[in-house]
Amino acid sequence: MSFKHNNIMTKGLVLLGLWLGVVGQSVAEYNLNFPEPVNAVGREIYDLHMLVFWICVVIGIGVFTMMIYSIIKHRKSKGAVPSDFHESAKVEVVWTIVPFIILIAVAIPATSTLIKLEDTSDADLTIKVTGLQWKWKYDYGDGVSYISSLHPDHNKARQLNSGIDVTKIDNYLLEVDNELVVPINKKIRFLLTSDDVIHSFWVPKFAMKKDAIPGYVNETWTTVEKEGVYRGQCTELCGKDHAFMPIVVRAVSEGDYNAWLAKQKTAAAAAAAEAAADKVWSKEDLMARGEAVYKGKGGCFGCHGANGEGVATFPKLAGSAIATGDAAKHIDVVVNGVPGTAMAAYSGQLNDLELAAVITYERNAWGNNASIVQPADVKAAR
Amino acid sequence: MSETMTHDTHHDEHPSGIKRWLFTTNHKDIGTLYLWFSFIMFMLGGAMALVIRAELFQPGMQIVDPNFFNMMTTLHGLIMVFGAIMPAFVGLANWQVPLMIGAPDMALPRMNNWSFWILPFAATMLVAPMFMGDNFMSGQGPAFGWTFYAPLSGQYDKLAFFVFAVHLLGFSSIMGSINIIATILNMRAPGMTLMKMPMFVWTWLITAFLLIAVMPVLAGAVTMLLTDKYFGTSFFDAAGGGDPVLFQHVFWFFGHPEVYIMILPAFGIISEIIPTFARKKLFGYASMVYAVASIAFLSFIVWAHHMFTVGMPVAGELYFMYATVMIAVPTAVKVFNWATTMWRGSMTFETPMLWAVGTVFLFTIGGFTGLMLGVAPADFQYHDTYFVVAHFHYVLVSGALFGIIAGVMYWLPKWTGNMYNEGLGKLHFWLTMIGMNLTFFPMHFTGLAGMPRRYSDYPLQFAEFNQISTIGAFIFGFSQLIMLYLIIKCIKGGEKATDEVWEGSHGLEWTLPSPAPYHSFDTAPEIK
Repeated sequence: MSFKHNNIMTKGLVLLGLWLGVVGQSVAEYNLNFPEPVNAVGREIYDLHMLVFWICVVIGIGVFTMMIYSIIKHRKSKGAVPSDFHESAKVEVVWTIVPFIILIAVAIPATSTLIKLEDTSDADLTIKVTGLQWKWKYDYGDGVSYISSLHPDHNKARQLNSGIDVTKIDNYLLEVDNELVVPINKKIRFLLTSDDVIHSFWVPKFAMKKDAIPGYVNETWTTVEKEGVYRGQCTELCGKDHAFMPIVVRAVSEGDYNAWLAKQKTAAAAAAAEAAADKVWSKEDLMARGEAVYKGKGGCFGCHGANGEGVATFPKLAGSAIATGDAAKHIDVVVNGVPGTAMAAYSGQLNDLELAAVITYERNAWGNNASIVQPADVKAAR
Repeated sequence: MSETMTHDTHHDEHPSGIKRWLFTTNHKDIGTLYLWFSFIMFMLGGAMALVIRAELFQPGMQIVDPNFFNMMTTLHGLIMVFGAIMPAFVGLANWQVPLMIGAPDMALPRMNNWSFWILPFAATMLVAPMFMGDNFMSGQGPAFGWTFYAPLSGQYDKLAFFVFAVHLLGFSSIMGSINIIATILNMRAPGMTLMKMPMFVWTWLITAFLLIAVMPVLAGAVTMLLTDKYFGTSFFDAAGGGDPVLFQHVFWFFGHPEVYIMILPAFGIISEIIPTFARKKLFGYASMVYAVASIAFLSFIVWAHHMFTVGMPVAGELYFMYATVMIAVPTAVKVFNWATTMWRGSMTFETPMLWAVGTVFLFTIGGFTGLMLGVAPADFQYHDTYFVVAHFHYVLVSGALFGIIAGVMYWLPKWTGNMYNEGLGKLHFWLTMIGMNLTFFPMHFTGLAGMPRRYSDYPLQFAEFNQISTIGAFIFGFSQLIMLYLIIKCIKGGEKATDEVWEGSHGLEWTLPSPAPYHSFDTAPEIK
């Protein structure tokens, strides 16, 4: 009987040992560990992480060896006779002080890294990042500002029972419609805020994570040493589509960056001019633009469904009282949002033309048949 | 009915049927109610965990939509914390504290009844909105994470259900704690000084003070949410001049002591079991008591380590980092003391000892990752990833839950008068051990590689580890049915337990007959 149960015990311990062995070995490889950082402070964090890890491994081996040894040797079935020692001031003082000293040894490098990590001074450029349910808005100043959401193909694939094999999609869930573009070897400061709930901006290889909080402007910074595409995701639960608002950063040379930025500025100026003109648009034009906003930049389909049918607990628009009723009320809901719900205020995210188009679309798609809305109406309602 | 008449005849007599359980003021009955309630909640929360794991078995959405998924993560967390772990510890306290200090019952028996009977209503209110959708899949349960951060929780339609459920849970916990403190401080057998109390009693005394200190803070947090939502206040609403980060400070001022509330009584159980099966006194009793007290104190001054990424001033971050890593000192003392208690003992490994030793091993791993998380610059990388999920399941599953199971197995023969089936107990232990590690160990890797937590779907590079976790979770989950079978079997019969039950047992509860009579220690025992 007792032999049998020794056997089970030993097997269990062997298993545990193997398990611990796996930890030690696998952490040395990058795919099981932090992705390789692309800046100096990231490498410091990585080293700190490994330092604490190895300290834990050494202490762990010490304690576990002692326990395993006594489990094997000091058992009644081996004829062990219990000792009666049960305290020792000397030993107890030592093992209180030694961990304390180890902690100080960790705290010193940690302090210096933390101070560097939080030092956002002397930045070469600043990009404002706004978290929105469930997309990011990037703002470079001078009217260059755009929304970045999950790539439409990925978005289609990730729907419940979409019938699309997601394993065939490259970078599944890590691709966006509009990338964040940054120059390499510059200190980039990010200003973070949110228009609705708390989000968190994280690109693992930049070793940078900061919350985007409504009413706050948080700061963080990074530098990127190598050109390339870097991917991250939102890391603070922000509602239904928390998993579907990736961050994709394209790091380019300074020359390419400046060229890109100049092009964005020209395009932004043209779009602003178009939206500002008090032109009266045809229903067809508004519908076409509205559908694009609904399914793209506005992200409306995320809650209200691709066919206005409503997703889960969110309201449907096909045949709804607001989408088929008074235009002023409809404009108010979209422009100002509905406080206390997930319906955001779109006044800052879309321009007058886009708002007029998407409202017109909602009022006239999926069997709805209500009045059309012109940019001038939206402007008047702001 | 004269009191004098009932006094002599009341031994082992109690109303039968439903009335016994509804109106009982007996600490053993109430302990049993708490334990069964927590087991039901454990099964419910576990089923929700399996929905989560099933959805995450492969990338893409196959089973539930993201809102339902979030509802599962939220309710899994809330039910396990407030429905399973905490009531199980109160149940153990109800059964064991009077038996271990030589008291006839709890100090406030009627309040004891009330604090239990609030719970089923609270749980119902918490879960009810799940069934208020047009169909099951459009259920309207809370879906904002167990931490219910503002302003996300403010978007929840049925917030009032959640808020009042938490209020009720808080009443129950506070009343339970008052009762435990009153019992321990006033009803110890003559001669049992504070420093002669069993460790389980000590840890519960300290835990009860933690509960009384922080449950009102939680109640305050949910009340502010409630008035923000329904009465136009702006505590946490930036648009009205409020502060969403204030919510997190208030929440974690509750939340951090809360995690110690869930682990300290388990420390107490482990400190009872290891000496029994090592046939040797607990090493460093006094330092164990001081360590628990230090951990409890530190738990109040480290809360913002859950919030390193909210944009605190760097001085604040440094303070919270230093204070947090300090917790490693008393925790290490406890682990060293347990290891030294085993050292040169004469050990046997019956089921309770397996659970206790398993707890020490795995909790230590959770402690190590806790130390890593405490190092602020690295925490920026770990924060809100699966690394954190791995960490807190190593402390709460293999710390709190394993501790509870260890305690149940240890005292079960005293409660039922029968020995449980040792073979089933060992099978349950090993399957749980394998399942648990298979579930949570790979999460360290998925987290480090960059998978954020509370994700209903994930990029392809995390697929393998998620698959392993899901397989582990199903092994872990279904193994718990063995425990259910084992306990029912043990209640119904089995080899008769002796009074001492275990060869190395020590303490007052083992001086009583097995099963412990309905009323025990009518005359206080004398402690030399």
